[in-house]
Amino acid sequence: MCGIVGLLVKKPALRQQLGELMVPMLIGMTERGPDSAGLAVFAEPLEGSGRKLSLYSGLTDDGADFNWHGLTHALKEHLDVNAQIEVKHNHAVLSFEVSPDMVKRWLHENHPKLHVLSTGQAMDLYKDIGTPAQVAERYGFNAITGSHLVGHTRMATESAVTPDRAHPFTAGEDFCLVHNGSLSNPNSLRRMLEPRGIHFDTDNDTEAACRFLEWRLREGDDLETALQKGFEELDGFFTFLMGTPDKLALIRDPFACKPAVVAETDDYVAIASEFRSLAHLPGVKNAYVFEPAPEEMYVWNA
Amino acid sequence: MERIEAERITAERMSFDLTKTPLRDVNQFLHRNLKDGDDRHIEVQNPDGAHSIAVGLNHPVTVEIHGHAGYYAAGMNKHATVVVHGSVGTGVAENMMSGKVHVKGFASNGAGATAHGGLLVIDGDAGLRCGISLKGGDIVVGGSVGSFSAFMAQAGRMVICGNAGDALGDSLYEAVIYIRGEPKSLGADARFEPMTDDDYKTVGDLLKQAGMDHDPKSFKRIASARSLYHWNADANQEY
Repeated sequence: MCGIVGLLVKKPALRQQLGELMVPMLIGMTERGPDSAGLAVFAEPLEGSGRKLSLYSGLTDDGADFNWHGLTHALKEHLDVNAQIEVKHNHAVLSFEVSPDMVKRWLHENHPKLHVLSTGQAMDLYKDIGTPAQVAERYGFNAITGSHLVGHTRMATESAVTPDRAHPFTAGEDFCLVHNGSLSNPNSLRRMLEPRGIHFDTDNDTEAACRFLEWRLREGDDLETALQKGFEELDGFFTFLMGTPDKLALIRDPFACKPAVVAETDDYVAIASEFRSLAHLPGVKNAYVFEPAPEEMYVWNA
Repeated sequence: MERIEAERITAERMSFDLTKTPLRDVNQFLHRNLKDGDDRHIEVQNPDGAHSIAVGLNHPVTVEIHGHAGYYAAGMNKHATVVVHGSVGTGVAENMMSGKVHVKGFASNGAGATAHGGLLVIDGDAGLRCGISLKGGDIVVGGSVGSFSAFMAQAGRMVICGNAGDALGDSLYEAVIYIRGEPKSLGADARFEPMTDDDYKTVGDLLKQAGMDHDPKSFKRIASARSLYHWNADANQEY
């Protein structure tokens, strides 16, 4: 099992309340996913060549005591990079105006246990082990702002309970995916992608789906075409919810083995594995509530 | 059970608010505090998608759920009438023995699975595997049903006012399906058959009980060709 939530606010004024509206959704999925939780949030993108990395220090020897400001000093000293950093516990968003590959290579060489959660201009990503309430508290999810987000609560079945195997997964820039279900062909996808130079961080089945779809997008497919190829190549059970800087997208496997329900009002589109996670939303009693059909694509624009 | 918080509206009418009273207390009240011959009317407010509301009832009580219910609503129902003014999750009225369950919205997967008796009415659409392994209950769906509905259905009737997904009635036994629209595909061993006068009467009766107004003449009958009843070694896995 696992729980999925997604929220897209249609009115700019509601962007300030994105986290506040979402936290009860995430906590509502605790029974479906008590071992880890995470979310990816999209906000106004950085301008020009600005890039940001979401970083996780929980796997380093120093854990939450990681010397984040030492890191920015070292980046200045070694790479002449002026980086800003926003720190929350064992998590930081590092932003700069150079090639993210150069920074990631340096991080990998100098801090190999520092986990890069995501790269991009618009997306911040958080994930850790613990109950959804604990993870939400750890990172102050209540105060998160932005236009849309995807969240996940995990009950692991296909790989170990570790922070890097929690969801969302990400690949490339500003793309993320959460998954409820299990794939039966992640290894053959891996064998197809790895010779194309695509690197995997974990042995998790969801990562294979995430990297497959991001590879299709990078090869020039639009989101709908990439998802259609996903239906053809991905075998197993899945409800996938994906985020890009301007879209949320949802698909379910042809057998609809994993649940999803959507509530839409003039103010928001809210997606969850079950209605339990939508019941608290303002105006939900008069919302248009429906169950997404299997093997259909649902795409909402931010 | 004195501690239960409920609002008594009239002698025979009570209301429970699930934001104030734990669901377990409500279900225990429905199981233990209703005596034979009682004909009470119970309202449930703010279901908020909770699982297993009004499961295992065994009395001719009427339960009205105001809002969206979660998984297994009115599961294993016997004698009771359960009305959901909203949608339901997976497995509504699963293994129902008798009584009536009426969903005013849509139902997710596995609606009415293995029902032995009673009537399940869904005003909206039903998800996949509706009426899977039906064992004698009746199901009327106002909208469409998803793929693999009535899979291995053994007895009972299913009336579908809309369309059906893939593999409708796959491996059917003696249950009969009536459909007004079209199935995307029929399952193995399911076939269209001519409607008889008895079929028109059956559809008319079930539509009337469901409160739906369609002409029975607009329905088609699907039943088992019974070619899977006996193992055929020469079939070469082609059915």
